[in-house]
Amino acid sequence: MTKHLQPIAEGLWSDDEQPHLLGGQAPDGKIYFPIPEGDSGKNLDIIKLSRQGTLWSFTRQDFRPKSPYDGPEEFTPFLLGYVELPGQIIVESHIVETTLEELKIGMAMEFVITPFDDTRSTYAFRPEQQ
Amino acid sequence: MSKVYIIGAGIHPFGRTDERSGRDQGVFAARQALEDANLEWQDIQFASGGSIAAGNADVMINDLGLTSVPFINVFNGCATGGSALSTAQNAIASGHCDLAMAVGFDKHPRGAFNANPSSFGLPDWYGQTGMMLTTQFFALKLQRYMQLHGISREALGRVAEKAFRNGERADHAWRRTPMDIDTILDSPMINHPLSKFMFCAPAEGGVALILASEKKVRELGSNAVGIASVAIRSRPPGSFEVYAPSTDIVDGGKPTTLASKAAFEMAGIGPEDIDIAQLQDTESGAEIMHMAENGFCKDGEQEQWLAEGRTEIDGALPINTDGGCIACGEPIGATGLRQVYENVTQLRGRAGSRQVNGNLKTAYSHVYGAPGLSGVAILEV
Repeated sequence: MTKHLQPIAEGLWSDDEQPHLLGGQAPDGKIYFPIPEGDSGKNLDIIKLSRQGTLWSFTRQDFRPKSPYDGPEEFTPFLLGYVELPGQIIVESHIVETTLEELKIGMAMEFVITPFDDTRSTYAFRPEQQ
Repeated sequence: MSKVYIIGAGIHPFGRTDERSGRDQGVFAARQALEDANLEWQDIQFASGGSIAAGNADVMINDLGLTSVPFINVFNGCATGGSALSTAQNAIASGHCDLAMAVGFDKHPRGAFNANPSSFGLPDWYGQTGMMLTTQFFALKLQRYMQLHGISREALGRVAEKAFRNGERADHAWRRTPMDIDTILDSPMINHPLSKFMFCAPAEGGVALILASEKKVRELGSNAVGIASVAIRSRPPGSFEVYAPSTDIVDGGKPTTLASKAAFEMAGIGPEDIDIAQLQDTESGAEIMHMAENGFCKDGEQEQWLAEGRTEIDGALPINTDGGCIACGEPIGATGLRQVYENVTQLRGRAGSRQVNGNLKTAYSHVYGAPGLSGVAILEV
């Protein structure tokens, strides 16, 4: 359902059937997300980050942020949080297909591409579906 | 390094002053600090100061006087005031001069701060998708902390309740009407678990301090407060900080812990020796987490401390005696120096109805801000 939407940024996630967030890995093994722009990104190997993780923390955005927020004018509160990708890194993300009340730190989450507005998509995590 | 003293302190009331620019509020504070020290601007041999949103501090010489004084502009986020203080302290400690001024002021538009991603080395999508908000960071850090260390939402309410109660007694505070805990807990949610009255709001204000060498203190017979230490630290690897699209799995420590340890080490004392503390309270959870990060209690002990009123003005360790950022508002360039102003006022016994009783010897202040830096100053008499 998001196929016709333009990704909010190029190179943020992979173009697979099952997309992954893209990170950069330094020769010492350290992982960066997003892949740094400029010189500091040059020596990194691009790697696919895990599609599965656990919820590290969460909150809900209850007011429409000022610019540079570029979401729909008609604001609906949205969930966001950090998801720990095992052995890799903890990433900040929108959280979808759930409610604040259902969220618990440590719960299993999975990666998903989600509509951002009428023309663009962004990345998110949702509770893992059994 | 020789010892440096604060001999004058001035403040422009925090809040909203539509008819006065941020810099003019700085000039107001500078004149008050000079008067307090019984000095003229012409006596000042070095100045440092800054703002984040209200322009360059050195332009103040147009109002204060063209004395050819060297004036260093500081632009260091939430540590602007602390860095101005540290710069002025070093100028005296190194023997470069005997009298210096540190000044900080600011004036922000209403509503939450909105940062430009590129100023912080971040991609545009991070701001566009609505994840680059300081309020979210504090909520996300706090949500996890509360679950890991058993802090209740009621504790968040208690901190804000104390802030408004103390603010009522501080002439320079902005929000001076006490508020009951239920009103705080039931106010509109901003970022769960934090509701509106648990947050500070961007504001305006100015603070100036006059610093002097030991020789000058003796010569002038000043009512002086000693600077035991000033430490500013940026973030270590693996610390969870504001404006972070990602963070490391391995927790690597925090800038506040580093700044606190360094300040205590330089001062040669520990947290148990501190009589009063001003801690960064961007929201009430920040004050709770910073109590532990600065070494005053263990993680989780805050719940009981607050229930017992240990951080009230008449408690064992009064915290944010002027209502902190929650009651005073947050003019970024001025906050760090407001905390020092409050400590100077308390140590001199001039805090009126909010004066902490007892023979105060030491006072601690701590600021924290983007992109992960902390400043700590310890004063002593």
